[in-house]
Amino acid sequence: MRINTLFYCIWQGIRNIFKNKWFTLASVATISACLFLFGLFYSILTNFQHMVKNAEQGLCVSALLEAGLSDERVAEIRGMIVRRTEVSNVDYVSAEDTWAQFVEENKLGDVSFYTENPLEDCAHFDIYLSDVSMQNALVNYLESIEGIRKINQSFLTAQALTGVNAIIGYVSIGIIIILFLVSIFLISNTVAIGISVRKEEIQIMKYIGATDFFTRAPFVIEGMLIGVIGSFIPLIAVYFIYNEAMMYVAKRFPSLSQLLAFLPVETVFTNLVPVCIGLGVGIGFIGSFTTVRKHLSV
Amino acid sequence: MKTTGTRRRSGAGASDKAIVMEHVSKAYTVGVPALNDVNLHINKGEFVFIVGDSGSGKSTLIKLLLRELLPTSGKIVVNGTDVVRLKRRAIPKFRRSLGVVFQDFRLLKDRNVYDNVAFAQRIIQMPNREIRKNVPSILSTVGLAGKYKARPKQLSGGEQQRVALARALVNKPQILLADEPTGNLDPKNSWEIMNLLEKINNNGTTVLVVTHNREIVNAMQKRVITMKKGIIVSDEEKGGYIDED
Repeated sequence: MRINTLFYCIWQGIRNIFKNKWFTLASVATISACLFLFGLFYSILTNFQHMVKNAEQGLCVSALLEAGLSDERVAEIRGMIVRRTEVSNVDYVSAEDTWAQFVEENKLGDVSFYTENPLEDCAHFDIYLSDVSMQNALVNYLESIEGIRKINQSFLTAQALTGVNAIIGYVSIGIIIILFLVSIFLISNTVAIGISVRKEEIQIMKYIGATDFFTRAPFVIEGMLIGVIGSFIPLIAVYFIYNEAMMYVAKRFPSLSQLLAFLPVETVFTNLVPVCIGLGVGIGFIGSFTTVRKHLSV
Repeated sequence: MKTTGTRRRSGAGASDKAIVMEHVSKAYTVGVPALNDVNLHINKGEFVFIVGDSGSGKSTLIKLLLRELLPTSGKIVVNGTDVVRLKRRAIPKFRRSLGVVFQDFRLLKDRNVYDNVAFAQRIIQMPNREIRKNVPSILSTVGLAGKYKARPKQLSGGEQQRVALARALVNKPQILLADEPTGNLDPKNSWEIMNLLEKINNNGTTVLVVTHNREIVNAMQKRVITMKKGIIVSDEEKGGYIDED
């Protein structure tokens, strides 16, 4: 294909956008509305997943050690635990630290009258998991290690978090699939109506010997450009709404700031921008490509 | 005068034929033929009128020649191309060897005269410098050199048809198919278009005109093929419009 033919097709595609203002407007509005909903759901769901992940990371299993273990054995046990893939972090808390923590948490004040550490046998490891669903496997492993006398775990919390995570995953996939299908349906229809109006134009091109490519190219370029414009508008809208929502929650509910830890907007948009533009361009391409094809058999 | 039966033209070799139709039939619905066993040979450089009432099969014939339709049976060769065996992807190239003019002009309404004509050159990927040379030249041939910036709706019917003619001719087709080119025009404009078609024919282009215009057919004294109910009922060298009983 000659370069001037390529430029001609691109120019015609751009020109069509301005020529068919109402069609462009309707298509951009439809794409924007669908991608706006998609962007909102995506932001909410990724944040929700992030919060659950945070909660998971705060969850730990405590492995209480038998009294009188040598430092070498403690280090050995620590090494065995750290090597587990589901373990993200291991903190050793000595018997003295455990007692000091207990005194502080319970505001016991002066405890100098205790001549011996009452929690002498409470030295332990706090083990944090990278995957909370593996907690049972880890506990089984810990029980098999000589030198560990007791294991404290929050089984119900772990189970609940694992369940919530799975539900969020399914709901996310479900909502995204539904939104995607609705978007394709709405956008294809809008594009189809816009192109059907220009059926005659396509037929004239075909009668005088235009190839399918030459006939289709300006429409496809037009569809893709509409997709790009239609994806930028919701991205800008979601960006501002997201920032506003973060500021509102931080101001209005400061006590919840630990629980409602939002992802930074940049993190959300790292994935959202290419996905939205890809969807917009893809839907514009597929919509115009398939609709023009219907009118090409002249 | 009324003539029945088809007069086969002979004396020209296969390479001299612009259009050959042999035993061509076309039925849109089973048992109702739009064309029935049509045999037609048109030599290169000929000027031929095809006349007949509505439903006689004239438009179907044009659509078959353009490869818009395929015949139910028979053989069609246009410019040496077997149209029936033509693959779909080869149709655009085939159509570029034909010029087509329609009753309703079929111009691109959002483009000016220049762009409408240039469009035919763009689809054959003509370089821009050639387009800038060819389009004004053909516009001056059809008498529209001064209106190249006008949009179709700013032109009269006759002028629009001349733009359509310019578009059909700019790629120098060997055959020009005109489907009722004067159907929407007044007598003065009709004659202007017909004179242009004759001029084009004199330059060597085969011209096939489907028309209802009795006055023009009778006056021009060209070959006239008369169709009725899907068959050719008359083929006269310097014929006239045959009146229906």
